[in-house]
Amino acid sequence: MVDLSISCGGIKSPNPFWLASAPPTNSAYQVCKAFEAGWGGAVWKTIGEPVMNVVNRYGSVDYNGQKILGLNNIELISDRPIEVNLREIAETKELWPDRAVIASLMVESDRQVWHDMVMRAIDTGCDGIELNYGCPHGMSERGMGAAVGQVPEYCEMITKWVTEISTIPVLVKLTPNVTDVRYPGRAAKKAGAQGLSLINTINTIMGVNLDTLEVNPSVDGKGGHGGYAGPAVKPIALNMVSQIATDKEIGLPISGIGGISTWRDALEFILLGATSVQVCTAVMHYGFRIIDDLVEGMSNWMEEKKFTSLNQVRGKSLLGISDFGNLNLLYKTTARIDETKCIHCNLCHIACEDSAHQCIDLVAVNGHMQPRVREDDCVGCRLCFIVCPVESCISMVRKDDGTEAITWNELMKQLPQPLTWQALRSFQAKHGIDIH
Amino acid sequence: MNNIAPKLTPEEYEKNFAEIHPPFSKNSAMVEANRCLYCYDSPCMKACPTHIDISTFIKKIATGNVKGSAKTILESNWIALTCAKACPVAVLCEGACVYNERDEKPIEIGRLQRYAIDWYFGNGMPPLFSPAPPTGKSIGIIGGGPAGLSCAAELCLLGHTVTVYDAKEIPGGLDTWGIAPYKTTQADSIKEVKLVQSLGATIMTKTMVGSDITIDELLKTHNAIFIGVGLNHPSRLNIEGEDLPGVHDALAFIARVTTRKWPSVNVGKRVAVIGAGNTAIDAVTESKRLGAEQVMLIYRRSQNEMPAYEFEYELAKSDGVEFHFLTSPLRIIGNGKVEAIECTRMSLGKPDAEGRRAPIPVPGSEFRIPVDMVIKSVGQNIEESFFSKIPNLKIENGQVVVHPESFQTSNPKFFAGGDCINGGKEVVNAAADGKRAAYGIDQWLRRPANG
Repeated sequence: MVDLSISCGGIKSPNPFWLASAPPTNSAYQVCKAFEAGWGGAVWKTIGEPVMNVVNRYGSVDYNGQKILGLNNIELISDRPIEVNLREIAETKELWPDRAVIASLMVESDRQVWHDMVMRAIDTGCDGIELNYGCPHGMSERGMGAAVGQVPEYCEMITKWVTEISTIPVLVKLTPNVTDVRYPGRAAKKAGAQGLSLINTINTIMGVNLDTLEVNPSVDGKGGHGGYAGPAVKPIALNMVSQIATDKEIGLPISGIGGISTWRDALEFILLGATSVQVCTAVMHYGFRIIDDLVEGMSNWMEEKKFTSLNQVRGKSLLGISDFGNLNLLYKTTARIDETKCIHCNLCHIACEDSAHQCIDLVAVNGHMQPRVREDDCVGCRLCFIVCPVESCISMVRKDDGTEAITWNELMKQLPQPLTWQALRSFQAKHGIDIH
Repeated sequence: MNNIAPKLTPEEYEKNFAEIHPPFSKNSAMVEANRCLYCYDSPCMKACPTHIDISTFIKKIATGNVKGSAKTILESNWIALTCAKACPVAVLCEGACVYNERDEKPIEIGRLQRYAIDWYFGNGMPPLFSPAPPTGKSIGIIGGGPAGLSCAAELCLLGHTVTVYDAKEIPGGLDTWGIAPYKTTQADSIKEVKLVQSLGATIMTKTMVGSDITIDELLKTHNAIFIGVGLNHPSRLNIEGEDLPGVHDALAFIARVTTRKWPSVNVGKRVAVIGAGNTAIDAVTESKRLGAEQVMLIYRRSQNEMPAYEFEYELAKSDGVEFHFLTSPLRIIGNGKVEAIECTRMSLGKPDAEGRRAPIPVPGSEFRIPVDMVIKSVGQNIEESFFSKIPNLKIENGQVVVHPESFQTSNPKFFAGGDCINGGKEVVNAAADGKRAAYGIDQWLRRPANG
């Protein structure tokens, strides 16, 4: 029996799947419908200062006929009054006591205003508070959202105003639009936050309409940057989540966000240290119904891998994360093509020929051109493996015997400094490495 | 002919002759184009006789550069629309698609090509190519079918003056007169003719070389001649009753159907088609779709030896055509009109010179099939009365002999391509021949001693 329940900074939910603070959590109607479908939690669409939205609000990156590889928006925080949102939060929590209901807040940078807002949120009976320091558009120009999240000192100050009064867990949502996400993360930790949510959306201009020459989306001919999310941002989010998870000063639970569309994505976040995961774009594309596969797929994977609880999964892949200087320089692989599986598209050949190390030849075999690797010249870069459209046709085969390993950092201690090309070349020659 | 099959309603004709492969919508073309792997040195390109850079033209559709896509196609093949719609893609490009090796549906290359070329014609044939400076040389082209048009277009781009002589009122050859309407249309073939004219070629219609204008006159006007006359002489069965009213030649029958004046094409209630090539399949299928009640294909060998493509055979079967294999006609019987066909059963003996098992009559197996119409589809030959007018022209096995690269005949001023040099292949082969012959002609004319 697999247990998917989690507790993220003290916020409990029957599964790790929360709806991110976004359009799908705009109202009690939506959140109740999501809970009905099986979602474990929901971070309410951010409530706070009076705002008024514009249209059009969304832009999409489509790729090779696939819709919404990435989605950006210029929608603001909730455009409904605070009272309405708080009432609906209270009603929802009462109806769904076992689910995580989290109030996302953003008000002006004034201690008293924050105190009032936090107290009113707590009164709804919600399970936690998420501080929206991430919104990169609209609110940031008014000194909120990313304008706070990008300055660790502000982040710490405002978080402190919240934690000093809150009786429920406080998560700080981090913006990725910074040089190093660990600095605002450390500030939140210092200010007493119980957890971190990341990443918020990334600053983007989605594109230009080549007929009108207007940026996309266009608001009556004008437009600008918005917040980017969706499958395309996942690798960026994974990196930042792992940076926070491995930071020795932080040590806070993480609610992972960024392009999570499937249970596979969710597991990757959890393996890199997330406790809960938040989903938005995939729901905006397909609706709440995706929760069925998210939960089922994750449960099946855990059963197959003999895990019974997400505690056993969390952070497991962090052990393998390392700086470049700690990677084994003597690990050697070569590409090998299974000619019985090859369909002769020759994409490996042209990729290697034009972009790698010119070691995949086309050899005439039985009336067609067969790509074949000259293994002695293959540097093991893996580009061919990536472009091959046939599963397990190209494999990367280990060539070294595994008896020797040395990292760059270790090698630099052995070789005379400052390093010369000559010294490096002789190390390579000693190990049969021929760079040509 | 008695027993004419009842005419159909206009709606029934339209339904029966509707395109088997309808055009892609923009959305479906994008989906299909994006499915293409963009292979390098792709097998589909090699399988196409004109070597269209298929993965490149498909990639251009995917990026929204449809004009560029059309250019990539037309760079290799001037008969691109007819080929897109009528090529036997299953045995050419689509048959070579790497997806077949992955046990997946191959890319619909024909329909994507049509999408790009439809766009090109639908947008008024924007100029894509710049002709070379005028050479002052003139080439006469006999026959405005795919080989002749392809040759004409390429010669125009090379800077030559080109005149095409075509016997029919509408040029295009078999593209115009010989392809089933559910594959392509005369209107589409005419677009290709217009494209060749837009490049500068003059086309003289209703001009039969040999009668309306002599070979000598052509030689006086032109520095070189390209022969793309195809195969105009239907083979005979050489059996009794072959000239009875109600016995038709397949190509003439098919030509009448291409005009789309369907009610004017009479078919018998019971139709027998002799032969089993792709033309025979067109004849049986079109007969059925014109309203014939019973349509039979009579072939002296078995299904294994049948020259028609598998997908053509399947099409005829799905139309309810009866296949009489190992059956050979002995005579056509009738009193002033076709009434029956007498046949004999056959068995297969040892392989003949072509390697196919020779059919041998089974003694005493003669039987009669009552029919109202017989369509002969046992192949075509070159019109010898025409070729005999060209001096020193070498013909072997009923085919004009040409140099494999230059397409020059034994008479150096004459070049040839298409069905008259290959015994009858696909439109795409003729298109490839014509284009390559243009380079043969151009190189020959540029030698100082010639032209």
